[in-house]
Amino acid sequence: MFLEMKHLSKVYGGKKAVDDFNLDVKKGEFICFIGTSGSGKTTTMRMINRMLNPSSGSIKLEGKDVLKADPVKLRRRIGYVIQNVGLMPHMTIRDNITLVPKLLKWSDEKKNERAKEMIKMVELPEEYLDRYPSELSGGQQQRIGVVRALAADQDLILMDEPFGALDPITRESLQDFVQDLQQRLGKTVIFVTHDMDEALKLATRIVVMSHGKVIQVATPDEILRHPANEFVENLIGKDRLIQARPSITTVGQVMYNNAVSITPGRSLKEALKLMHEKRVDTLLVTDDSGILKGYVDIEQIDYNYNTATSVDDVMTRKVFYVYENSIIRDTVEKILKRGYKNVPVVDENKKLVGIVTRASLVDIVYDALWGEADTSTNEDSTKDNKGKDKVTSAKAGDGQA
Amino acid sequence: MINFIQQYGGQLLYKLWQHIYISGISLGLGILVAVPLGILLTRMKHGSGVIIEIASVLQTVPALALLAMMIPIFGIGALPAIVALFIYSLLPILRNTYLGIQGVDPSLKDAAKGMGMTNFQSIIKVELPMAVPVIMSGIRLSATYVIAWTALASYIGAGGLGDFIFNGLNLYRTDLILGGSIPVILLALLVDWLLGKLEVWLTPTTTSARA
Repeated sequence: MFLEMKHLSKVYGGKKAVDDFNLDVKKGEFICFIGTSGSGKTTTMRMINRMLNPSSGSIKLEGKDVLKADPVKLRRRIGYVIQNVGLMPHMTIRDNITLVPKLLKWSDEKKNERAKEMIKMVELPEEYLDRYPSELSGGQQQRIGVVRALAADQDLILMDEPFGALDPITRESLQDFVQDLQQRLGKTVIFVTHDMDEALKLATRIVVMSHGKVIQVATPDEILRHPANEFVENLIGKDRLIQARPSITTVGQVMYNNAVSITPGRSLKEALKLMHEKRVDTLLVTDDSGILKGYVDIEQIDYNYNTATSVDDVMTRKVFYVYENSIIRDTVEKILKRGYKNVPVVDENKKLVGIVTRASLVDIVYDALWGEADTSTNEDSTKDNKGKDKVTSAKAGDGQA
Repeated sequence: MINFIQQYGGQLLYKLWQHIYISGISLGLGILVAVPLGILLTRMKHGSGVIIEIASVLQTVPALALLAMMIPIFGIGALPAIVALFIYSLLPILRNTYLGIQGVDPSLKDAAKGMGMTNFQSIIKVELPMAVPVIMSGIRLSATYVIAWTALASYIGAGGLGDFIFNGLNLYRTDLILGGSIPVILLALLVDWLLGKLEVWLTPTTTSARA
């Protein structure tokens, strides 16, 4: 494990700012700490590079105990990006970029080379190296702030709300920049933010914190689909939950509500009549309170018409159904694979609420391919890709009636 | 005027040198003590207020009284004067150093520490350069005080341009009074101007010279 934090606590005057924090971080992960102010997210981050010393617990970086390391040497190995950029106003961009290499006593040649490499990375002309921070825009300054944290080949980078003070457009381009750098260079990033959009966009895993405690640790996808509690839901925001729909559309949202059903006690004649009226070849069988019991189709009725009397005698009790609340992405595949023409949809109590037909699946696939091409869902589709391989759990039920 | 210089020229130069010597050493010592002490205060969690307070109290003791109080301890001459003036020079420098360092953008200090600067490196490379204008204004203030008060030091036998002024007062000689006070004023103005130049030179540039 690249970074291990165990039972980490920080107490300020009897108040626990961080309470029993546990997290294992693999190399190359992009971890976002999110929470309201006072949640302990920044405190936790600052303990990693010993800007604060934990009251108890342990931190290991590449197997070595951080708390026993020389804090100054430790910090030179860990990149550090803060909200207010913190570029030294009296140093040129070159000197700012090579600040840590200078502390590490690199040769001038090597420092200069690295400065050029870094300025290329932020896509600024080389003559900017001789300018001062005040001569750069806010966004450019923070780009320099980011590469300053990489200049000495730090593997772990801590970022404390680095884009909080930037306007939305600049912030987004900086996010793209950081994400690209992180993926390209394989850096491990711990990123503190209070902006859920930012966390969802950047993180491979999100750590939700409140009042010093970890509420949930999960991938962005899982957080969206299964927020641990109301606090997380509020943090995500109702708007965003709806926005995120393409990845979390539920079966209930795409099903037809007019499923044709019959109770087991009815006669086959009545069933046949109902089929004829509704122009369907299958009837779902429910009891008086609407609980799904099975189904009956035209073949069964035709075959047994003379020998059986009631629906109960001929119905198939084994029925594949899906829950109204399950995510469509997880259920579509099952429906297609099993080759059902249609699948009943039930609520938590197994009460029949609707039906998904192959026609409605066509709609979903159509939407997925063409509907998402417009701008609003671009972000979500990338999120989908990121989450896809990690999503294994599904709520879809599959059992006997 | 020409007469005066002809008559007292040599003496004037000698007293001027004494004056510069006394105030220079007092101020120099003041800087050497107050700047590091001021920095130290910013690193203390408690007690910085108390020390600033003590320095403020010392500042309120009348200059002449402080000079006189030095006599039982150090006798008369340049030494008690230097000690007394040194004490006077402390407060403005101490307070401005403290406030100057304290006023450095906290995110710069955070960045410096977070990137792995030692405390000392942070002070030398970041905090002092950033605090130069504030510290220098404290030093300039102290310099002006010390040069003016060195004139009083003549009273306890320290010499300096004060000798002219006090002689003039005793003998009702306006030319001696002016002959002593005008050089003091000119000296104070000159030193302040020089320190101003030094301040500009010490203040780090934050823009490239293209403009």
